[in-house]
Amino acid sequence: MDTAKSIPAVRVKNSKRKHFRNSRVLLLMCLPAIVFFCIFAYLPMPGLYLAFVKYNYTDGIFSSPFVGWDNFKFLIITGDLWRLTFNTVAYNIAFIVLGNIAQITVAILLNEIRKKWFKKISQTLMFLPYFISAVLIGLLAYNILSYDYGLLNGILRSLHLDPVKAYSEPHLWPFIIVITYLWQTTGYGSIVYFAAIMGLDSEIVEASEIDGANAFQRIIYIVLPWLKPTFIILLLFSLGGILKGNFGLFFNLVGANNTALYASTDIIETYVFRSLMTNFNFSMGSAVSLYQSVFGFIVVLTANWIVKKVSPENSLF
Amino acid sequence: MDIRNERDLIGGNTPRPARIRTDYTEIIMSWFGYIFIGLFAISCLLPFLIILGTSFTSEAAVKKFGFNIWPHEFSTFAYQIVFENPKLIIGSYLVTMGITIVGTVVGLFIVAMTGYALQRPDFSYRNKISFFIYFTTLFSGGLVPFYLLITQYLDLKDSYLAVLLPGLLTPFLIIMMKSFVRSIPHAITESAKIDGAGDFTIFLRLILPMTTPALATIGLFIALGYWNEWYNAMLFLSPDMDYRPLQLFLYNVVTSADFIRNSAASSNVAMSDVPLETMKMATAVVATGPVILFYPFVQRYFIKGITVGAVKG
Repeated sequence: MDTAKSIPAVRVKNSKRKHFRNSRVLLLMCLPAIVFFCIFAYLPMPGLYLAFVKYNYTDGIFSSPFVGWDNFKFLIITGDLWRLTFNTVAYNIAFIVLGNIAQITVAILLNEIRKKWFKKISQTLMFLPYFISAVLIGLLAYNILSYDYGLLNGILRSLHLDPVKAYSEPHLWPFIIVITYLWQTTGYGSIVYFAAIMGLDSEIVEASEIDGANAFQRIIYIVLPWLKPTFIILLLFSLGGILKGNFGLFFNLVGANNTALYASTDIIETYVFRSLMTNFNFSMGSAVSLYQSVFGFIVVLTANWIVKKVSPENSLF
Repeated sequence: MDIRNERDLIGGNTPRPARIRTDYTEIIMSWFGYIFIGLFAISCLLPFLIILGTSFTSEAAVKKFGFNIWPHEFSTFAYQIVFENPKLIIGSYLVTMGITIVGTVVGLFIVAMTGYALQRPDFSYRNKISFFIYFTTLFSGGLVPFYLLITQYLDLKDSYLAVLLPGLLTPFLIIMMKSFVRSIPHAITESAKIDGAGDFTIFLRLILPMTTPALATIGLFIALGYWNEWYNAMLFLSPDMDYRPLQLFLYNVVTSADFIRNSAASSNVAMSDVPLETMKMATAVVATGPVILFYPFVQRYFIKGITVGAVKG
């Protein structure tokens, strides 16, 4: 009996060892990446303990006085947490919804254009904003919005209208930021939808034509329904990142210290950055980061659960 | 999703039948397309023309007429000042090029190697390692612990390594490599194994040469990331460093008049005559020029990247 029992165990052990021996080189090939993610992604994670202490430099992360949920309480009482969450989520919803609408529009209209050279040149120009740094985006916006020299105020002045002090008007910024985002990403993002339209079966289009469908009907009844699955998948993917802000865009557009605009432009990333570099309040910054990671994680799991229901082959895990 | 050759995605047409009849809706849609797409394409170019135009304008004309596409008063003064002290800008160029080249070569090699190993069906740890890497996109320690790690534990403050190392790999690029490798039949690996080749040799001698378009795509993504990198540079490099990466140099020029005055200090221009506005534009042209001149030739690789990447993860 004993021997009979031990045989399977030995076999399992052997096969495990065999697995390891067979995979040794492949494991070694993954080692640099594993080490990389251990250092730069996993090693900082325990540092989130900062959210529960009152950090001071001399004691370090793990010896500073423990304060429990006090940092979170402070963020809730001051209203900061609500404001940051609202701004981050509202901007992301605008980016996702308007972004996809703009990309679909561009893809469909591109497809209606017959001249190849026109399409090539305009597509190349539309990709241009994707290739530049966030710093340059900030400068481009400054060129247009600057009170003294900006193009916008130049035009307004020549029309004898009052110039706009954009950099001290918080209510303008949701528009400025969303327009800049659309300007930067629409051309490049439209490629996914354009590729999907190219996959459309020409026989269906042909059949619709024979049945007498005009261009509007073709777009509404054939192209748009054809793009729907792509749209849903992209939508669900981007939902997973709904609590993640685009730091480069906000930081370079608004400027590092423009307190006048915080009410409408402060997102989680810019708040954490400030708490690190300006206020040196490491614990508060970490509390916001922990909140962002935990809730972001829950959102991803939910989004993935929905993807699994809608189209299982596209789910992430 | 059926994705054709990415070349077709620039200027391509959907296979549409020859018109049986041309009705007015076709004409309306195509004109609408020309106008809308044309205007949007121009709006993408316009801000760059403003920068270029202003950089060649005299500071006095900018103060009078504002930023403009067409120089009211042509002047190369801003460029003269930028290149008056060429050590600064050339130093920045060399730093950025060095970081970009080293980072791209090393990063690309690691991404390709990892992507290949994780796509091997006979690799028993592939799912575990894939999840280990993917998990980092779901949950992160955030900026503060990352900052403390780099500055206090790894002691990389004021070191170019603080810019180079964190940009080497991203989970996104490893996933992209995996989907590229997926298109290579596993039989190739298997037959090479029967011939006695080791896993690393197979990767180096067989897989790498077969995946050159994928490598170009991933390499260009990494290289663009390094060229445009300013975030880690701003976090970790001190403001009084001599040679800083180009985008940080541009950031300092754009946001700080003092920085412009200091960098122009060695020239013979009086402090009050330093052309603050036009120098921002001239620096932007110098820092961004190579990317703008280069991208039309490589854009199809970026298109390949998004069509591969967007389908899965």
